[in-house]
Amino acid sequence: MTTETVAREVRMKVWRGDASGGEFVEFAVPSDPGMVVLDVVHRIQATHAPDLAVRWNCKAGKCGSCSAEVNGHPKLMCMTRMNEFAPGEEIAVSPVKTFPVIKDLVTDVSFNYEKAKTVPPFKPKPKDPDGKRRMYQEDVERVQEFHKCIECFLCQDVCHVIRDHEENKQSFSGPRFFVRLAALEMHPLDTNERIDLIRAKHGLGFCNITKCCTEVCPEDIHITDNAIIPLKERVVTAHYDPIAWALRRMRGKKTEFAPPEAKPPSA
Amino acid sequence: MDPVTADAIERHEYDVVVIGAGGAGLRAAIEAHALGAKTAIVCKSLLGKAHTVMAEGGIAAALGNVWPEDSWKVHFRDTMRGGKLLNNWRMAQLHAQEAPDRVLELEDWGALFDRTKDGLILQRDFGGHRYARLAHVGDRTGLEMIRTLQDHAVANGIDVFMECTLRHLLSDGRQITGAIGYWRQSGKLIAFGAKAVVLATGGVGKAWKVTSNSWEYTGDGIAMALEAGADLIDMEMTQFHPTAMVWPLSVRGILVTEGVRGDGGTLKNSKGDRFMFKYIPEFFRADTADTEREADAWYEDKKNNRRTPDLLPRDEVARAINSEVKAGRGTEHGGVFLDIASRRPADYIRRRLPSMYHQFKELADVDITKEAMEVGPTLHYIMGGIRVDADTAAATVPGLYAAGEVAAGMHGANRLGGNSLSDLLVFGKRAGQAAAEYSRRTAAPRADDGQLSAYAQRFAAPFERGGGENPYAIHAELQETMQELVGIIRRRDELEEALARLERLRARAARAEVKGSRVYNPGWHLALDLENLIAVSEAVARSALVREESRGGHTREDFPKPDPVWGTKNVVTRKRDGKLTLTTEPIPPIPGELRALIGEDKPGDKAPTDAQPAVVGGKE
Ligand SMILES: Cc1cc2nc3c(=O)[nH]c(=O)nc-3n(C[C@H](O)[C@H](O)[C@H](O)COP(=O)(O)OP(=O)(O)OC[C@H]3O[C@@H](n4cnc5c(N)ncnc54)[C@H](O)[C@@H]3O)c2cc1C
Ligand code: SF4
Ligand code: SF4
Ligand code: FES
Repeated sequence: MTTETVAREVRMKVWRGDASGGEFVEFAVPSDPGMVVLDVVHRIQATHAPDLAVRWNCKAGKCGSCSAEVNGHPKLMCMTRMNEFAPGEEIAVSPVKTFPVIKDLVTDVSFNYEKAKTVPPFKPKPKDPDGKRRMYQEDVERVQEFHKCIECFLCQDVCHVIRDHEENKQSFSGPRFFVRLAALEMHPLDTNERIDLIRAKHGLGFCNITKCCTEVCPEDIHITDNAIIPLKERVVTAHYDPIAWALRRMRGKKTEFAPPEAKPPSA
Repeated sequence: MDPVTADAIERHEYDVVVIGAGGAGLRAAIEAHALGAKTAIVCKSLLGKAHTVMAEGGIAAALGNVWPEDSWKVHFRDTMRGGKLLNNWRMAQLHAQEAPDRVLELEDWGALFDRTKDGLILQRDFGGHRYARLAHVGDRTGLEMIRTLQDHAVANGIDVFMECTLRHLLSDGRQITGAIGYWRQSGKLIAFGAKAVVLATGGVGKAWKVTSNSWEYTGDGIAMALEAGADLIDMEMTQFHPTAMVWPLSVRGILVTEGVRGDGGTLKNSKGDRFMFKYIPEFFRADTADTEREADAWYEDKKNNRRTPDLLPRDEVARAINSEVKAGRGTEHGGVFLDIASRRPADYIRRRLPSMYHQFKELADVDITKEAMEVGPTLHYIMGGIRVDADTAAATVPGLYAAGEVAAGMHGANRLGGNSLSDLLVFGKRAGQAAAEYSRRTAAPRADDGQLSAYAQRFAAPFERGGGENPYAIHAELQETMQELVGIIRRRDELEEALARLERLRARAARAEVKGSRVYNPGWHLALDLENLIAVSEAVARSALVREESRGGHTREDFPKPDPVWGTKNVVTRKRDGKLTLTTEPIPPIPGELRALIGEDKPGDKAPTDAQPAVVGGKE
């Protein structure tokens, strides 16, 4: 075992407050080897601040509940080890900034659930004559990358279009939904039409490909390269090329996407 | 806190209220809605975060894509044998027959499973399943399943109440009329009038200290049903998954997939012995390799060799690990070694077990391609729960339905890996259908304001009563108690001691004091959850005391063998006049033609086909 083996005391600043305001409060609790930030928050809750609000479920990076900002960086608290910080280094945990605070580390993420309602659903083409559906691993793999999304909304948190601009939320759905839309658009069986909506309603045009979303994605989804850029290309083609548009209508649109990039989706 | 009067409570009226948004709840709601019932889904966490999201290995369904000789009959046989024949045979039959359609339906709704070479859904091998049967997506099958169902439910416009905890069922004395609880975000009370309620709230793992389960698993649905007069069965049947992380302490209990062993990993004690060879039970002797050579050869040639004892059913392996540690042959941190590093090349391990690789590297600083893992058992699942009718998922109280982990019967004394996700779909759909149909025959319930006010008082109590007990401290003691005294191996005196301690904890929980406001207050939520945790723990401990034999997930040191007489009985728990009463009742006898399927057992006759996996990976 290469971890630290002796328990030490850790100090952590946790933002406490609600919609009307708040402040960092410092706590000192004993730390066990191997602890993650979420463990410390739970220990604070059990011993100092029983009403400290925090979301979590799986404690293994699988559910996307425990998003927060640790020293200003968007992180899953359950996957952020305490030994990433030097002894004595300040550790400050605050709620994600893009969404309104409810209390302490819990924010109102209903923005995302409202946007989800506006996504035109999956509409499959008919089954094969023998009643089966055939898809090949090569064809599903690029979409499986998008299906890894755990809806932690860290990409939404970091995207400057909405992080500092409340007014854009109306007309911009954010990177999580570009991933979702790309997954539907590239699904080998899907027949639904969404391209006009992606531009008009989900605000793809606002994205100027800063790649901040990709950098924070804990699932390592190449949001910009594999989802956003191909979507942008498709919007452009559909919009400016009436012949391509008509052809797409005739052929079924799935042929429109360029073959998967050289960069493989990470496992 | 101001007293809340009944007319200050937010009210809603539905035909069907589904409590729980995991696989079972979502599938039930989709069905009820599709049949025209006005339907609501209520869940404690955000939508999409239920336990189902954590499932890894796959969904068991006899699709026959990899092994054409597979059929519902073989799946039925495997499920019954895995459950040590304590299963409700009709549930096991319906499950095996309907699982393939339910999986294909997910595909119609957009799920993308891994594929075979000829483009069909790929299936993977798992413990206790005779053929490769688990439809999967790498090691994140649960995520694919919950997201598919969630998106489908949202696209269909079903009303979702998230971060909303329902705590009590409402009843008019004859039938269920709704439920009451609170919004977690605001702390405000909310009541549903409903013609039918479907419970899909999952299990009770948080009563134990070492568990793979999340904070949500406080046994709410089981406790609510018990309180409402419904029967529970076989509450002693708890599944300890043999392999979870044991070190560092902070990750103790996090699951290590069966796939590690499926892909060649082997268990060793601190002396380096592959100890599982010493623990092959009579029931499985004919199926199991008895030399290391045969066990190792089985991975390549299943025709001429028998299965490695490392892949015995979960209950057997968990007990064996427990014995090794007790005998002083455990690791430094109280586990055993799970070694794949010395047995398979590093790139193979990273390719087949990506999330295990990631999990150990990130959380334990262990490179599983170079070192052995330290593992030990973790409380993973409860086979017992609400007694239901096999065809309709109806509980024993009119208007109440239950599906998923909260319901009982399907898995008998031990659940096979992969059989939960399929259970959720098959019985979720059936529960939704039956609830919708029932709601059509039922008049809209009338709210009983007196009942609502009485419950409002109970919600307020932790703020008002004082008493000075810290709910977190009580919870920690409960977990110690269940871990120590109602664990893998049980004994009369220890179970009696557990019951005595539970009584004391119950008294302390009644003095749990809560600080702060009602707004998103986890201390308050826990104070309320404690009542459920303790009520369900008592049902487990009492049932464990009653069943004087060892079978599946229930092992009695003082009755170490299965007893054929006990093998025909369910332990039934009811609450009458505020007290638990326990009885035994005969399990419905298996019809002759199905019994013949179970008996027809020729181990080792599994022949490979030329169907090759297009991708590899593997785990639960
Ligand atoms: C790590 C792990 C891996 C697993 N892997 C597999 C696998 O590969 N294959 C397999 O078949 N099984 C697997 N299992 C088991 C399986 O995942 C679960 O048994 C199953 O997901 C339970 O589903 P459910 O729908 O019954 O409940 P859940 O998915 O747990 O959903 C319960 C729902 O009820 C809600 N709820 C609970 N109480 C209340 C309340 N009081 N008020 C309102 N809402 C409430 C919750 O918020 C939640 O939405 C695994 C389990 C774990 C822990
Ligand atoms: S790449 Fe686009 S979506 Fe992603 S953070 Fe930048 S602006 Fe936002
Ligand atoms: S795309 Fe990545 S960062 Fe964004 S919500 Fe999904 S998992 Fe989180
Ligand atoms: S608790 Fe699930 S991702 Fe952190």
